[in-house]
Amino acid sequence: MIWVNTVIEGVLVGSFYALFACGLSLMFGVMKIINLAHGDMAVVAGYTAIFLVPKFHVAPVWSFVVVVPLFALVGYIVQRTLLQKAIDRDPFTTLLVTFGLSVIIENLLLEIYTANGQSIDIGILISKSWQVSSTLTISYFSLVVLAVAVAVLLSLQLFLSHTGTGRQIRAVSDDREAAQLCGTNYRHIFGIASAIAFATVALAGIAYGISTEFFPSSGGGNLLFAFEAVVIGGIGSLWGTLIGGVLLGVSQQLGAHFSPAYQVLGGNIFFLAVLAVRPQGLFGKRTEM
Amino acid sequence: MSDIVSMVSYEHPRSPLLEVVDLTVHHGQLCAVDQVSLSVKAGEVLAVIGANGAGKSTLLRTIAGLHRPTSGSISFEGDDISKLATHRRVRRGISLVPEGRRLFASLTVEENIKVGAQSAGPGPFNLKAMYELFAWMPERRNQKVGQLSGGEQQAVAIARALVANPKVLLIDEVSLGLAPIVIERIYEFIPRIVAQGVGVLLVEQDVTQALAVATRVHCLLEGKTSLVGVPTELSPAAIEAAYFGSDMAHGAVDGPTT
Repeated sequence: MIWVNTVIEGVLVGSFYALFACGLSLMFGVMKIINLAHGDMAVVAGYTAIFLVPKFHVAPVWSFVVVVPLFALVGYIVQRTLLQKAIDRDPFTTLLVTFGLSVIIENLLLEIYTANGQSIDIGILISKSWQVSSTLTISYFSLVVLAVAVAVLLSLQLFLSHTGTGRQIRAVSDDREAAQLCGTNYRHIFGIASAIAFATVALAGIAYGISTEFFPSSGGGNLLFAFEAVVIGGIGSLWGTLIGGVLLGVSQQLGAHFSPAYQVLGGNIFFLAVLAVRPQGLFGKRTEM
Repeated sequence: MSDIVSMVSYEHPRSPLLEVVDLTVHHGQLCAVDQVSLSVKAGEVLAVIGANGAGKSTLLRTIAGLHRPTSGSISFEGDDISKLATHRRVRRGISLVPEGRRLFASLTVEENIKVGAQSAGPGPFNLKAMYELFAWMPERRNQKVGQLSGGEQQAVAIARALVANPKVLLIDEVSLGLAPIVIERIYEFIPRIVAQGVGVLLVEQDVTQALAVATRVHCLLEGKTSLVGVPTELSPAAIEAAYFGSDMAHGAVDGPTT
């Protein structure tokens, strides 16, 4: 029974990682940007939910209604201005710019809101849970996060497969220049991809802020887990990211089962094992053509 | 103008759609295209021939907006378009079938064509028309383009450019890497495209094919115009001289593929 418990716990944590990582995966897949500020964006979303949203008289539990569209807009603007300028130079500049963004965000948050921990208070809702058996209870909130992660990845997949804009995103990701020759404004498509990435990371940031206490510096650790989820699943595969997140979560929980100190270690060992055996990730394709 | 022109472009206006004047393009220090002027009218085929590195592809890519010219002008329907972004030129009516086909590898045949149709202007070419033009396509429309043969991929690349309903279609090295029989089949489609009033500017190393289909021919040698004329009025010797340089002094070993 204890194993079932560990696996379920791993799946729930892992679905959060997947939600967190899918924007990272999308931005890398479409723009070839490794967004080192991805984790910090999530933290900013958390702070926005705590300090900005109450001004609109919205209950914390509904804060995503304000924060997610706001982040989509910010994502589009940041892409069309700052990141596009960096892309126009070279990949290394892009890496430096997102690294710089990460440093600036972290220090601004530290300056404005101090290093004190914050969390988004949704009141009694957080403590409600489902008693599956005498030894197993699952909190409703983590089930909600699982459902949201699956719903986000599913709708993203459907959007990419079945809409004109989704098709253009895939085309730009395959061959930017050929897409331009088909009349696609790739900068606009980059903006849309970035808007989606920022919206999903905002959702992840709020989920994180509800489930645990966070600090200005919380971005980095989460970014690492997101990277691991993306790499395990295979770059460019959204389902891979979901499975990657879940497997990372389960291996962390298995590590924690032996000793709480081994939680992160368990995940890292699994990550390294995948990297050694299948460097393209479980669902990634070997680069060809 | 030759008889061929009047045959294919009987009801189209005589003023050029696309006009390039004194175009110069540099790749870093290298002058790839040097003071080239040309024009394309509706319903005619202008073939740009020349050896490897003569600047043919650079010329087409500059017209499509992928390279910035150093000097000179590109105008389309009387408007200067040399500052326009590539995707805006497509919407104005200039489509390029790029060298090496450049299909979207993770998309199916139909999806590839639909991307091209997404910013289409009004005109006769749509997905259905392409399925009629290339009869094999409908039953393979859900396959990934990687599963197609080279000739089929080239057909998809042409269809993808055509569905934007261009007024001028630029075609870069359509025969590259294809068997002669396949090249012939691809070239069979060009008169049918031209018959719809589309102006075609094609770049080709295979001189025989180019001369067979062209209304006019424009030869480049090291970025400069070395010959302009009507295929029927040009002697093979004149073309050979223009292709390699008059005295063969540039180290060319093979003759042109005529």
